[in-house]
Amino acid sequence: MEKFIENIKTGALRETQDYSDQGLVLKFAQAETLLKHCQANSLWPMTFGIACCAIEMMSVGMARFDASRYGAEVFRPSPRQSDVMIVAGTVNKKMAETVVTLYEQMPEPKWVIAMGNCAVSGGPFAIEENYTVIEGVDKLIPVDVYVPGCPPRPEALLEGIFKLQEKITGKRHPFPQNRHP
Amino acid sequence: MDFIANLPPHFFRIPIALTLVISLVFINALIMVYLERKIAGHMQFRLGPMEVGWHGLLQTAIDAVKLMSKQLIVPDKAHTRLFRIAPLLAFTPAVLPFAVMPFAPNLQAVDINIGVIFIIAMASLNVMAIFVAGWASNNKYALLGAMRSVSQNIAYEIPVLLSLLSAVFVVGSFSLGDIVGYQGKIWLFIVQPLAFLIYFVSSVAETNRAPFDLPEAESELTAGFHTEYSGMAFALFFLGEYTEMFVVSSIATAVFLGGWHGFPLPFFEYSSVVWFLLKTYFLMFLMIWFRWTFPRVRFDQLLNFSWKYLIPFSLVNLLITAVVVKL
Repeated sequence: MEKFIENIKTGALRETQDYSDQGLVLKFAQAETLLKHCQANSLWPMTFGIACCAIEMMSVGMARFDASRYGAEVFRPSPRQSDVMIVAGTVNKKMAETVVTLYEQMPEPKWVIAMGNCAVSGGPFAIEENYTVIEGVDKLIPVDVYVPGCPPRPEALLEGIFKLQEKITGKRHPFPQNRHP
Repeated sequence: MDFIANLPPHFFRIPIALTLVISLVFINALIMVYLERKIAGHMQFRLGPMEVGWHGLLQTAIDAVKLMSKQLIVPDKAHTRLFRIAPLLAFTPAVLPFAVMPFAPNLQAVDINIGVIFIIAMASLNVMAIFVAGWASNNKYALLGAMRSVSQNIAYEIPVLLSLLSAVFVVGSFSLGDIVGYQGKIWLFIVQPLAFLIYFVSSVAETNRAPFDLPEAESELTAGFHTEYSGMAFALFFLGEYTEMFVVSSIATAVFLGGWHGFPLPFFEYSSVVWFLLKTYFLMFLMIWFRWTFPRVRFDQLLNFSWKYLIPFSLVNLLITAVVVKL
């Protein structure tokens, strides 16, 4: 227990936490692997951009960066049909309620990518005089992947999607075509 | 064995046909979703799905497995039973028109003498499903989308029926077998160009596809009538939509584009099926092309276009056809 508290204090828990053990008591190894691979390769994001980082998120879906190569271009407008929520921008206290509602409306299994410094830790708003901005979206909802940058380059968000795939399946490239460095 | 030999031929024919049709529906949806994403990609100077399978061929299958693994949410205030039944309602009537579809001279489950009317009746049942979905969701966006869908479908059902009727006047039969048989000499597309045009435009509107995709207009209505549907229930709506696309394209093929007629392909015995599917998929490609080319119309534009242009033109066309046929 002491170690656990110490881990929380030092932030070491984030690295040591292993999500692969959760789930059913009875395991179907092959089916689980297949399911995980399928989930990792069709991450449908929600059409949901709060601030300027959303512009970079849009460009990930466009020609030069093209998230559709990894099956992640299906931006669903309804939270009921989306798998990953990309929090792209500053979450202020007025917006917080909406963000939490949208997160709760998504069906399981669901993931969250915090995109940009504001969503990661408050960014330029993490100052003493701040009274409106929530410093990091992880104070509201569990975040799986943090993509820092102000705003992050589209490549960085793509990398974030890869990291999420890695987190889901345990491998960097679940399907070994077109390997990228 | 006598018992089996005495059974009417339909007894075997219809189960076999249904099995084939349902597998066709699922394969068609797999192909169409893949084509849609790939064509959209290439039209926007992207690549489309690339990672899963060769050039992303397995992308749709993987999406389907993922959708099956998603949680099925029934909202608290929704009407549970209607909410659950609506996706099935959307999917079932879309399958039935295949029972009378003439894929080839001998590849038609039943050739009933009111084939065209049967297909139209089944195709318009889809609206019911959409309205049930919108109503049972108990969500304002879903209800608005469903209302739009109903008014749109009522407006566009009439030109569809009238344009098909003028083709039927030329042939003198409602049976799809007869209509295709008539087109051995000349395709009805050449005799009735206006009817074909009107039919195709209004059938795009009837399948709720862009530029007429107002029932699920993303920028105004979140996702329209399927806002509250998650996982496989949502997938069934899409399956229904792609099947509906296939149905309207194959009616257009059978009634206007000569059905299975075409010159025999070399080294291939069953060229009539190939011709039918080629024409149908060409029309479906046109629909995808529309979707990624045109912006969405406004609602008043949509209804005005139907009531002010399509219906009067198709009525005049019907009148002229009737007079010419009588002479």
